[in-house]
Amino acid sequence: MNDALEFFIDPSRCIGCQACVQACGECDTHRGTAMIHLDYVHRPTGVQTTPVVCMHCEDPTCAKVCPADAIKQDEQGVVLSAAKPRCVACSNCVLACPFGVPKMQTSFDLMMKCDMCYDRTSIGRKPMCATVCPSGALFYGPRDYVEKFRREQPVNEFQFGAQTVRTKVNMMTAPGVKALPFDVADFLPFEALDEDPLALARAGAPDVADAAVWHELHDPKAELELICE
Amino acid sequence: MATLTQSDSCYTEQFGPTLSFAPAGGWGSRQPDKLVKTHCCFCGVQCGIQLKVSDNKVVGFEPWEEFPVNQGKLCPKGVKRYLQNDHPDRLLTPLVRTDSGFRAATWDEALSKTVAAIKSIQGKFGKDAFAFLGGASMTNEKAYLNGKFARLALQTANIDYNGRLCMVSAGAANRMAFGVDRAANPWSDIPLAKALLITGANIAECFPILTDHVWRARDHGAKIIVIDPRITPIARTADLFLPVRPGRDSALANGILHVMIERGWIDEAFIAAHTHDFDKVRALVAKYTPALTERITGVPAASIVKAAEIWGPAETSMLLHARGIEHHTKGVENVLTYINLVLATGRIGKPGCGYGTITGQGNGQGGREHGQRCNQLPGGRDINKPEHREFIAKFWGVPEPELPKQGLTACEIMDAIERGEIKGLLSISFNPLVSIPDASRTRAALEKLEFLGCIDFFLSETARHADVVLAGSLQEEDEGTVTTGEGRCVRLRNSVSPPGDARVDWQIICDLAARLGNAAAFNYARPKEIFDELAAASKGGPIDYSGMSYERLEQNFGIFWPCPAPEHPGTPRLFEGGEFHHPDGRAKFHAFDYRPPAEDVDAQFPLFFTSGRVVSQYLSGTQTRRIGALVEQYPEPLCEMHPRLAAKLGVKDRDLVRVSTRRGEITVPAQVVTSIRPDTVFVPYHWPGRKSANLLTNRALDPISKIPEFKVCACKVEKVADAPAQPARQFPARSQRAASTR
Repeated sequence: MNDALEFFIDPSRCIGCQACVQACGECDTHRGTAMIHLDYVHRPTGVQTTPVVCMHCEDPTCAKVCPADAIKQDEQGVVLSAAKPRCVACSNCVLACPFGVPKMQTSFDLMMKCDMCYDRTSIGRKPMCATVCPSGALFYGPRDYVEKFRREQPVNEFQFGAQTVRTKVNMMTAPGVKALPFDVADFLPFEALDEDPLALARAGAPDVADAAVWHELHDPKAELELICE
Repeated sequence: MATLTQSDSCYTEQFGPTLSFAPAGGWGSRQPDKLVKTHCCFCGVQCGIQLKVSDNKVVGFEPWEEFPVNQGKLCPKGVKRYLQNDHPDRLLTPLVRTDSGFRAATWDEALSKTVAAIKSIQGKFGKDAFAFLGGASMTNEKAYLNGKFARLALQTANIDYNGRLCMVSAGAANRMAFGVDRAANPWSDIPLAKALLITGANIAECFPILTDHVWRARDHGAKIIVIDPRITPIARTADLFLPVRPGRDSALANGILHVMIERGWIDEAFIAAHTHDFDKVRALVAKYTPALTERITGVPAASIVKAAEIWGPAETSMLLHARGIEHHTKGVENVLTYINLVLATGRIGKPGCGYGTITGQGNGQGGREHGQRCNQLPGGRDINKPEHREFIAKFWGVPEPELPKQGLTACEIMDAIERGEIKGLLSISFNPLVSIPDASRTRAALEKLEFLGCIDFFLSETARHADVVLAGSLQEEDEGTVTTGEGRCVRLRNSVSPPGDARVDWQIICDLAARLGNAAAFNYARPKEIFDELAAASKGGPIDYSGMSYERLEQNFGIFWPCPAPEHPGTPRLFEGGEFHHPDGRAKFHAFDYRPPAEDVDAQFPLFFTSGRVVSQYLSGTQTRRIGALVEQYPEPLCEMHPRLAAKLGVKDRDLVRVSTRRGEITVPAQVVTSIRPDTVFVPYHWPGRKSANLLTNRALDPISKIPEFKVCACKVEKVADAPAQPARQFPARSQRAASTR
């Protein structure tokens, strides 16, 4: 693996298309099963989605809690799926991972997770998910590029209660984060906020003829008043 | 009579859609014989992709990172597109209808039956009583061949294509404003823009790859304005979101221009030197004050002013739009009013400055260039212009009066079938039963046909009604070219040959032409010969490919037209130096007053209905509804509604609701989300039968482009049942360790 290339995740760019998940499943070693996942944060109130690939912790919690010592790191710091002969399918790692990454594959009785496409990265190629991601939410490349061209900043240190977790994978955070409204109602005219949804549609509608903007527009006197206001 | 001869479920059992989850030969055995550099078959971006081929089957994909537009990036449709190959539903022989479904037929029988029906119908009712419908997912070669086949072999005026449901409003507006129908800029200009105005374009779900271009613009400091009734994924982080009331787009553009003029953010010198008719627009928009525009559009006056503040003084800017403003009875007017915003600033024809409609279909651009439209001859020539007719008649070696005149558009053809004026139809790569509005009428029309022939690779819902089905080719089973949404003509490579007795589409067309007595004009050994002919036919026309060849396209990752000579590099950016394609070199402003949609809300149908795509499906779903992983991603249509509306209607998330319009009703689960206007509901359109959004939509047409009004009509919504109870969450039980998994 080329040390100069790093993995960057930017949920603010994610469009929820699932190309990463679908492409992950295409790997011949896991035969149609994706090792990563992507979910809506809360679909009722917005379209924000977030892709979850393994963060590849420096000191992986999943490995620390494994009673069978089945989870190994390679010399590059990539945390691998559980070793098949050792894994007892206890799910300790699934419960302990602070990022919610590992999944128990019950059909194999084996914890399987993202190994940063060892087959590709070991020969200098990009992981599959970061190759296909159409929005750049998953990006694999030099840190220089990210620092120069992206407006978000990479971080790779996370605090979970008393535990500090440092990861190989970087998470991009927005500069000057501010709350973004996620309800169409927040974008409507102020007066519309308390309105009946059916009333919102009415302007211009034929059945509300006399009150409608469209009819006012064609009444020269009303039009004049509107232009003068 | 093209009525069904068995139940829908019997067709489904025999012909699908069946869900395919795994590659040919299974997951373990995918060592490819070769990797074929070609393009995705879905959407107008035409991403480069490498298909893995093993034993004449496409078994997977590998990103093609060298192709400059997508650089290896793909959406889920692209990732899984290979699963349409070696599919259990694939048609392997021609079919003829029986008293109970279909039986396999020989090519001789199927072609004879088709030709006999054509001759019989045309003999009794005249040439124009037999119509042809083509598609914009097909190659340029096939688009050209379809037009030539209809004019020379069928000699019918009535040929049109499913692009009539897609890009024609933009096409007509482009010609009216600029004198040529093409996106003005390559997509590589998007990241150079400092202001992006994205209107009626769900880029993240319909053209996912362009998202990266938009985000790169943002990285460079661009401000992004998104106009849409829904907070789409691209709208989520926009600098400014304008939640326009469906059907009010032209008023909004007029309102923004009003503020720009008031603040002096227009380029008077450019307007004077390079355009016509700005005075008419200036006079018109004077009344579109922010207050008035707010009342028409439902967008706050402050946001309208803010949009003008971002767009007006920007250093560079790009306008991007798609079907959201085009699918209207004033689709052409909407596009022209937005183009006014570009022309008024003079920011066009320069790096990072310009305009583009984003075409929706695989060959949405090329499919509309080479003569498969009712009003068009090859090279983008006008079938009504005597000199254009003369050129093509001479090129094809026929007397000019023998070339048919302008015929009917796609929806008008369906209307004429309904009226009994058109009796026979040959359709290729088009599924009108799912894709044309007012589907009940489409079905009734199909049932009235004396003969329906379909050329397709899967049995679409429309093809179920056919008398003869001719087993054609998937994109990867043929070769040729397509022209992407940015006007770049790219090369599609042949990956595999058609399975069974299926044939490549162009051979089927040529066989039919030969049996109709036109063998000499349809004598091609390979698609390259068709391409060379269409390029020669385009010489000197509005859309000039005459300098292109397969070799040049391969060497250059495609070439942008116009490319009028073999040494010409192509034209990525149009209108440089303010040179437009009207005879006097000037662009035209158009002043269109706002007018309401054909069907507006009223007391009986008080809500707006609108429709569109989801990221995992393509068009009528003929291909994507057969790919398991894509179906699982979004299995069935949902009715998106705002929680305020849901509360008023007593609807909770996933309750079943009946959505009805004057034309029909569907019952689907509700998806209660704050990302849609409270007065609007949205249902995606990719499904047939009782889940078809097009049972509801309105077949009212734009007077110029003849596009139907998919994007707005009036509906009502009622709850019919509670959401099905969710099964209690199951914790995965430890399974027995099977020896085989160890």
